[in-house]
Amino acid sequence: MNKILEVRGLSKTYGPGCPQCVESTGPEADTNLCPHCGSVVAIHDVSFDLFEGEILGVMGESGSGKSTVVKAIYFDQAPSSGEAIFYDSDKQHELFALNAARQRWLRNHRFGMVYQNPHLGLNFNISAGGNIAERLLMSDVMDYGAIRARAKALLARTEVLLSRVDDLPKHFSGGMQQRVQIAKALATRPPLLFLDEVSTGLDLSVQARILDLILEIQQELKTAMVVVTHDLGVIRLLTGRAIVMKYGRVIETGLTDQILEDPQHAYTQRLVASAL
Amino acid sequence: MIPILQVEGYGKHFQLHEQNKLIPSSLNVSFTVRSGELTALIGPTGAGKSSVLKGIYRTYLPSAGRILYHDALGHELDMVLASEHQILELRRREIGFVTQFLHCLPRQATLDVVAQPLLGLGVSREEARQRAADLLSAMQLPERLWSVSPATFSGGERQRVNLARGFIAKPRLLLLDEPTASLDPATAECVIGLIEGLKAEGTAMLAIFHHPETTRRLADQVVELTSPPAVETLLKEEIMAPTLALLAAPTGGVASLGAALREAP
Repeated sequence: MNKILEVRGLSKTYGPGCPQCVESTGPEADTNLCPHCGSVVAIHDVSFDLFEGEILGVMGESGSGKSTVVKAIYFDQAPSSGEAIFYDSDKQHELFALNAARQRWLRNHRFGMVYQNPHLGLNFNISAGGNIAERLLMSDVMDYGAIRARAKALLARTEVLLSRVDDLPKHFSGGMQQRVQIAKALATRPPLLFLDEVSTGLDLSVQARILDLILEIQQELKTAMVVVTHDLGVIRLLTGRAIVMKYGRVIETGLTDQILEDPQHAYTQRLVASAL
Repeated sequence: MIPILQVEGYGKHFQLHEQNKLIPSSLNVSFTVRSGELTALIGPTGAGKSSVLKGIYRTYLPSAGRILYHDALGHELDMVLASEHQILELRRREIGFVTQFLHCLPRQATLDVVAQPLLGLGVSREEARQRAADLLSAMQLPERLWSVSPATFSGGERQRVNLARGFIAKPRLLLLDEPTASLDPATAECVIGLIEGLKAEGTAMLAIFHHPETTRRLADQVVELTSPPAVETLLKEEIMAPTLALLAAPTGGVASLGAALREAP
C-alpha cells in the first residue's frame, strides 16, 4: 500500500491572530475563539496520512474544524500554516507551495469534492449533464460525443434517470442532487475524493443508497477518500480509520472499530456513549 | 504444530473519564495458538474472554503485554505496537473475526456481504459470489434469502451470514466469539463441521463457545480465564508507574480509585 496524501501541522485561523491564540483555545479551553484577539482558531496542528484506496473518517461536532481540513486541502480556503503532500503515481506535489494555476489543475484533474450543500458543488443554471460536461471540459476533454457518453455513463452509475440528463439540478430531489454531485466529482476518475457531510439531511433510505454507492465506487475505482461527518453510523459503515476533532484539534486517532468500542479521550467516550 | 500467535501477559483496563473509573477487564493472560488447532477460552462471565479477542484484533487497545503474530511471510510482529495500516493489512489478508453482531451496508445483498472479504483480496466479483453461494448452501441458508439484505433476517440466519463471511477467505487466524450461540442444533452441527474443515486446512482458531459441549468437541487446547482481581490488587501488580502512585491513596474499590484519580496531578 502506498501513501497518497500526507498532511502535517495544518492550521487555519480566521482573524488577526495573536501569540496567545493557540494556548487559549482548544478542547481544554473549551472554545475555538481566542479571548485576547477575537480570532477563531478553526484548526490547529492537524496531521494525518491517507493511503491509496483507503477511506479515512473525520468526525466531530459542528465547529470542530472538520470541514476546514478538507476545504484547505481542496484549495477552497488557504491554510494559515502547515503542509500537505499529494503523491500522484511517480510525482509528489507540495500542495500549498504550488502556484494558483497548478492548484487549479490538480483540483480539476486529480481531486474530487462532494459538498453537503449541492449549491457549492453544482452549477444550478445548467443541466445535470452540463455539470458533468463542465468538469470534463476543465480537464481538457473536448469531444462533444465523448463528453455526452461519459456524462450518461456516470449518471447511470450513480442511478440518476437518463431521461433527466438535460434537466436542471434545481428540479431534482436532494438525494438526486447529491448523486449528480458524486457523478460530477468522479468524472475525471480522481484518485482522491473528499466527501463533506454528503448524506446529512437526507432521509434514511436515500442516505443508505448514497453510502452504498460510495463504497461500490471505492471498490471499483480504488479511490482514496476523506469522509467528513458527525454521524457515527456513517463513520462505522464507510471508514477503516478515523480522526476525532474538537475545537480545531485532533484529540484521537485510530482504527474506526477501536474508536467506537474503546475510545480513549473523554470527549470521544461521551460522543460514542450518547450515540443512538 | 507451528505457533502462529503468542499472547504474553496481555492486560486490558478501561479508563472511563466521565465516571472517573478504571475498569479492569483482563490481567496477565498468556497462551499460544497454533496452526490447525483450536484454542478455546473458557471462564465465567466477566472474565474478559471477549476482551482478549478484541485486544488481538485491535478493536480494543491493549493496556499491557505483547501479542506476537507470525505472518504468512514468516515475519514476527507485535500486534500491540503495530501501526494501524499494518493491522488493517493483516485483517484484510490473514486474520478474521466473527462476532455476535453483523454490521453491513443497509442495502447490500447477503451474497455480496459474504463475498466481501474475497473482493478485498482481488478475487473477481463472479467468482467471489459463486464461492459465497457455495458456502451459504453448505450452511443451509435458503436461496431465496441470498439477494436480500441480512438486516431483516432472524438471529440464526444472520449468524450464518456472519460466519460465512468469516470463513470464506480461509484466514490463517480466525477469532470466534460464540459463533454457534443463536443457532438451532442442526445448523450448529453444520457450523461445527465447517470449523473442523477449516482446522484441517490449517487455520488457527481462538474461540469462545457458549456450550461446554462444543468446547469439548472442538478444542485442542483450553485456556481458563478467571475474573480480574479487585482493583487494588490489579494496581499493585500490573498498571504502569503513574497509576502506581495512586496506591498511596486509601484503597477500597473502584469508587475510591476514582476519587484518587481526580486528585492525581
